[in-house]
Amino acid sequence: MKKGVMRPGHVQIRVLDIEEAVKHYTDLMGLIETDRDEQGRVYLKAWTEVDKFSVVLVEADEPGCDFMGFKVVDEAALVQLEKDLVAYGLDVEQIPEGELKDCGRRIRFTVPSGHAFELYADKLYTGKWGVTEVNPEAWPRGLSGMKAVRFDHCLFYGPELAAVYDIFVNVLGFHLAEQVLDPEGTRIAQFLTVSMKEHDIAFIHHEEKGKFHHASFFLETWEDVLRAADLISMTDTSIDIGPTRHGLTHGKTIYFFDPSGNRNEVFCGGDYTYPDHKPVTWQAEQLGKAIFYHDRQLNERFLTVLT
Amino acid sequence: MAVFHVVNRTTGDRFRCEEDQSVLKAMELVGKKCVPVGCRGGGCGFCKIRVVEGEFRCGKMSKAHCPPEALDKGEVLACRIYPRTDLMIECMPQPAAPLAEQTKTKP
Repeated sequence: MKKGVMRPGHVQIRVLDIEEAVKHYTDLMGLIETDRDEQGRVYLKAWTEVDKFSVVLVEADEPGCDFMGFKVVDEAALVQLEKDLVAYGLDVEQIPEGELKDCGRRIRFTVPSGHAFELYADKLYTGKWGVTEVNPEAWPRGLSGMKAVRFDHCLFYGPELAAVYDIFVNVLGFHLAEQVLDPEGTRIAQFLTVSMKEHDIAFIHHEEKGKFHHASFFLETWEDVLRAADLISMTDTSIDIGPTRHGLTHGKTIYFFDPSGNRNEVFCGGDYTYPDHKPVTWQAEQLGKAIFYHDRQLNERFLTVLT
Repeated sequence: MAVFHVVNRTTGDRFRCEEDQSVLKAMELVGKKCVPVGCRGGGCGFCKIRVVEGEFRCGKMSKAHCPPEALDKGEVLACRIYPRTDLMIECMPQPAAPLAEQTKTKP
């Protein structure tokens, strides 16, 4: 957090059919619809999140991710980060206040992997959903499906990981928590954080720019992950893999797809990191175990099926 | 409920497909693997096939993988087509990703 970037704030996901997508993200995953706008975008949040939205769905004729946004601590940090990004040589686009409903001004830039990111300082504080601010109960009744706790991170696939690392670590103040190195020492995966979580964002090397691997949501327990798997079967939702454990981060996980083919993850657990921790390194020769700790072999779909 | 036959002429596989079932789903239900299975949502392009003969209905598919000119050639995603007649399909080569240079990063 040394540069003022605080946490993942939102992700805008393109879907082929907005109502099918809303049903998936609310009924199945347990997000809560908080608003819609004149562009037809639908705003959602998970119940423990304090701001108005974290997921924005937009109908398009090609699925994928438009951008991921990070919240920064205040306007002064936003002003400084904007200067730093420009000084680094990136084009920074100004998105006015209110372009996303109840969100302050955003700055947007595209990194060499082809992915667009945003920083913002203000968003309407609506508090945790369904619980009071004073003497809150443990959890709200009336949640649906998997009862996702929070939007946690995204994994993107693209080239130029070294340049992306430079921007996230040296300009935005992220910390490398985990990495995969090939035999020549080239980093082919990087898990970056501004918190104690093993990743607030991750990148895996891929030749095509700007690909979206998944958006991930946190659950509390392994039992919750198994229950998510049951719900995936009950609803005949397209499953990718799991429930299983990752070697990287050691999180317990299941992957599935939204109705437009965007991959989702729900997971629990995972290691923690502090800025004085050395990065955890996995060797590319052990990539199967790094990704799927139990099977210890990759499935092609995890590496190639992207939106 | 009408049931049709789908033949994959690349692999020789043959399976039944109900009119409201996607070709990919019908293939998965009988345990065949003659078309690659990706997201099953019309998004990733992994299950792209060419329909050589027969009529079908199409669900929504990513324009990145099925632009109008591909549709005209019968190139569609198996997860998003529903038969109206028996179908003859063939496999498509997997598209190579556009090349980009990998930058070397030392730990």
